Amino acid sequence: MELWVLLIFLILFPALVALLFGILPNSRLRDTIVVLVSAIIIAASLCLFVLFAGAGKVYVDINGDMISQIMIGLEVIISAGLLYLAAKYRQYIIAGLVVVQLGVVIYAESLMQGTEALNNLFIDPFSIIMAMIIGIIGSLICIYSVGYMRDYHAHHPEMPDKRRWFFALLFVFLAAMFGVVFSNNLFWLFFFWEVTTLCSFLLIGYAWDEESRKNAFWALLLNLVGGLGFAFTFIYVGMIDPSGNLIMMDTLLAAGPAIAMIPAALIGFAGLTKAAQMPFSSWLVGAMIAPTPVSALLHSSTMVKAGVYVIIRFAPIYDASMVGYIISLVGGVTFLLASGIAISQSNAKKVLAYSTVANLGLVIACAGIGSYAAVWAAILLVVFHAIAKSLLFLSVGTVEHKIGSRDIEDMKGLIGRLPIMGLMMIIGIAGMFLAPFGMLISKWAALLSFIEAQYGFVLVILLAFGSAVTVFFWTKWLGKLIEVAWKPERMEVKISNFEFSALVPLAVLMVAVCIGFPLLSTYLVVPYVFAIYGLSATLGQANMIIMVMMVFMVLVMPLSLFYFRKNRKIVAHYVGGRPATQDMHFKGSIGVQRPVALGNYYLTDYFGEQRLSHIGNGLCIIFIAMIAIVLILGVGI
Amino acid sequence: MSYITKSPWVIHYDGSSCNGCDIEVLACLTPLYDLERFGIVNTGNPKHADVFLITGGINEQSRAVVKNTYDQMPDPKVVVAVGICAATGGVFRECYNIMGGVNEVIPVDVYVPGCAARPESIIDGVVRALGILEEKRAKMAENGGDKK
Amino acid sequence: MITGIPFEILFAIGFVILAPFIGAFIVGIDRKVTARMQGRVGPPVLQPLYDIFKLFEKEKVVVTNEVNFYILSHLIFVVFTGALFFSGGDILLVIFALTLAHVFLILGAYAAVSPYSHVGAGRELLQLMAVEPMLIIAAAGFYMVTESFAVKDIVLSPGLPVMTIPLIFVGIVFVLTIKLRKSPFDLATSHHAHQELVKGLTTEFAGPTLGMVEIAHLYETVFLLGIVWLFFASASMPWIGVLAVIIVYFLEILVDNTTTRVRWQVMLRSAWLVALVAGAVNLGVLALM
Repeated sequence: MELWVLLIFLILFPALVALLFGILPNSRLRDTIVVLVSAIIIAASLCLFVLFAGAGKVYVDINGDMISQIMIGLEVIISAGLLYLAAKYRQYIIAGLVVVQLGVVIYAESLMQGTEALNNLFIDPFSIIMAMIIGIIGSLICIYSVGYMRDYHAHHPEMPDKRRWFFALLFVFLAAMFGVVFSNNLFWLFFFWEVTTLCSFLLIGYAWDEESRKNAFWALLLNLVGGLGFAFTFIYVGMIDPSGNLIMMDTLLAAGPAIAMIPAALIGFAGLTKAAQMPFSSWLVGAMIAPTPVSALLHSSTMVKAGVYVIIRFAPIYDASMVGYIISLVGGVTFLLASGIAISQSNAKKVLAYSTVANLGLVIACAGIGSYAAVWAAILLVVFHAIAKSLLFLSVGTVEHKIGSRDIEDMKGLIGRLPIMGLMMIIGIAGMFLAPFGMLISKWAALLSFIEAQYGFVLVILLAFGSAVTVFFWTKWLGKLIEVAWKPERMEVKISNFEFSALVPLAVLMVAVCIGFPLLSTYLVVPYVFAIYGLSATLGQANMIIMVMMVFMVLVMPLSLFYFRKNRKIVAHYVGGRPATQDMHFKGSIGVQRPVALGNYYLTDYFGEQRLSHIGNGLCIIFIAMIAIVLILGVGI
Repeated sequence: MSYITKSPWVIHYDGSSCNGCDIEVLACLTPLYDLERFGIVNTGNPKHADVFLITGGINEQSRAVVKNTYDQMPDPKVVVAVGICAATGGVFRECYNIMGGVNEVIPVDVYVPGCAARPESIIDGVVRALGILEEKRAKMAENGGDKK
Repeated sequence: MITGIPFEILFAIGFVILAPFIGAFIVGIDRKVTARMQGRVGPPVLQPLYDIFKLFEKEKVVVTNEVNFYILSHLIFVVFTGALFFSGGDILLVIFALTLAHVFLILGAYAAVSPYSHVGAGRELLQLMAVEPMLIIAAAGFYMVTESFAVKDIVLSPGLPVMTIPLIFVGIVFVLTIKLRKSPFDLATSHHAHQELVKGLTTEFAGPTLGMVEIAHLYETVFLLGIVWLFFASASMPWIGVLAVIIVYFLEILVDNTTTRVRWQVMLRSAWLVALVAGAVNLGVLALM
């Protein structure tokens, strides 16, 4: 199997299927095709991994001229469409951004005549990891969506059924993401990047009522701002080297900080917006209005990963530089403050959204430091987060449909009412923060890289506090899930096979990746890091063994539940001595039966959304301004 | 060797008393009498307790609570009724709301008379209760640990 | 090596076997000294052991069966944490393992569902959140002493670590009060005869379940004092560390008996402030030097 066949297939096949959906009427045929196509994409991604994992960096030559022309043509069409929508809904800033961006791109294109565009596509271990995330997790989410969207429209009969566009967009999105991670040509990367922005906009606005429109436009606006920064890179590159060689990412990276710092900063800025770092976090939080598969796919496991993907790519440039350090600060401050906000939220999707923002902040903090240990940590964080967060979003989506609420306070005792869903959620939450699961290893490496960086102690402090805060809100949620009254009433609900066939593999994958992370590290991450830095970071043999031991303990320990089932006498809870019933009603004074209501700490005085957002946005705006100043003064290199 | 007599934890509850006996019970824990040197600790939690030190009579409202608290204590356990109100209802026996002493609701092992019972009597009563506790524990071990 | 077994394994096994007894002894001395401070005689020094043995003689009573699973996991991970630490392992992993152990304890209290254990669990979470930054900053500080997270390397390094990270040491002593559940920070549950929220976190644990919690507490005490010792770690003169531990623990008892419980806001704020100052100043100075 030739590499170019696989890459082209992965990029084009989902896009073509999407076109097909545009034509097919709403029907069950479409659902079957979704499942089939998803399975094919999973197979193709695995094929890519099996065949090319050990191959190192491989380029694919495709004659770029015609494709670049097609891309520009498509960009014009898309811009026209966006302008129409912007005009219709009086979104003047967006209209302005679209026009300026198109202008910048065309101007930059004109600067670079005679582009002998070769090596437009490539793979290396990092893009294989990303491709697997997109191909496997993304496809599983598409399968899940079939079941979810049926429930969604059953719950919202008044909403027009635009599912064919929904699935079409999902697959266009997958195609674009593959394009992002396989592109070496920055123009192409930008094109695919903007397609993902478009998909995000349309998918957030799926319901197309006032609120979803508002959130969709806001997301579009912020992402266009980032895209504009990306586009300015081309002008810079075109001016420096009209032959257009620097448009190739590897050439640009190889040119070193002297030349590449400004593009790195501009593209880094684009990455910050796409990864919803402060001060741009509000679009991601608002995007939670979209159907849950959209939140899972775009806004936690894949699209936002594109943002951190480019920043990690430019990590060698950020290494030991002031610009990189400031980008780290943006990530670190976002990590701390977004985690703090998550404490005060009881809407499950908002908690997940802020947690996503926070984790991406941690990844960016590592990538900004840019050392070999930091990049190692960053890539592992990306992998673990993608799996755990998508598992959590999908679980929340299913649970929301079954219990009718997405509030954490309503998920009390879920492990008794919906045991399997509760277990999925527990696995997801554990994967997010608990030793010995994956996040932990990444945090270890992140801390190590922070200590060794110059002025890194600030990041150490941010990580220390942020880490403590994440323990709080996850454990709180976990506690809610296991708070089962004496005899829980199991809910008789049917969860569709589509949803299960996504949830179960994800849960298995979560555990497998945690146990098998040494393999992941050795065969994919270390080769990538080694190829760039000539060094690598590992936990050390002894610690690896201990980590695996801990994982087994966490998996074997639950077997003790069977031992503890017998020989125990069950007594009542202590409610001040008052007799209490099984469902925690106690006889209050004057003999009145009262329910016991147990809430949780939300600490809104300390961790309120408003307050922390203001602080975070303010700080990060200052940081981004500092990047600009540093570049202008020329000290950032 | 049994440890239950070396570490008897007490829960103190007041059914419906004038609080005189309660104050005497608390006095036992002060440095003057220092019950802690026998390993006695006043936990307020029936699940942690071995000795149920109860004062005051039983009325309709405290009936269920006393029973509930007693039931939540794990075996082996003993009940020490302190003061004449806990024994028989005491000076409030004829009142319309008092049903009688503690033995209306739960089985009592030791009665400590007095109004208010003096700390020395209370300590004496607890020590006797410890002997009974040890017997119960031996019987429980004979029957093969806990029954369920 | 002794008879072919490496020191690491010996120390780990030694910890697992001896720590409950050493811990019981320390806690027993604690109660004796506390009693003397209050003008009382106090219980025998071995009282903690009597308490634990008694608890295992009691009937196996629970509110729900799952609670035992969480508490057993808590115990096992506390033991694991200490064993890893005393075998010279990675101190950051040790801290993360301790967090895991505490999460299990908190989950056990949540699973018990009663109002007191629920609020106790919430407060224990606050305590955990208050303590965690200082612990991670301490790990970073230790790394800066010897360029390694391994406890073995820290012990074998020349000089006393406390000379390099004095502020972090002060921070750890502050946070130790929270971890040892001493007044003024005994919010989640309290020991001996103090009551808060009835018994807070441990309200619904009875008999052997409570016994496991108590054993875990003994292991944890030894481990935490081990961390204090680590600041004064010197392979050639280990007694300096022991002296420091004795002084620090005596200070803890003193603070325990002379302060009253504070609200969680005060605890959280003060612990974080201490961590921030200790971290920023100590780490910052070390980084900029």
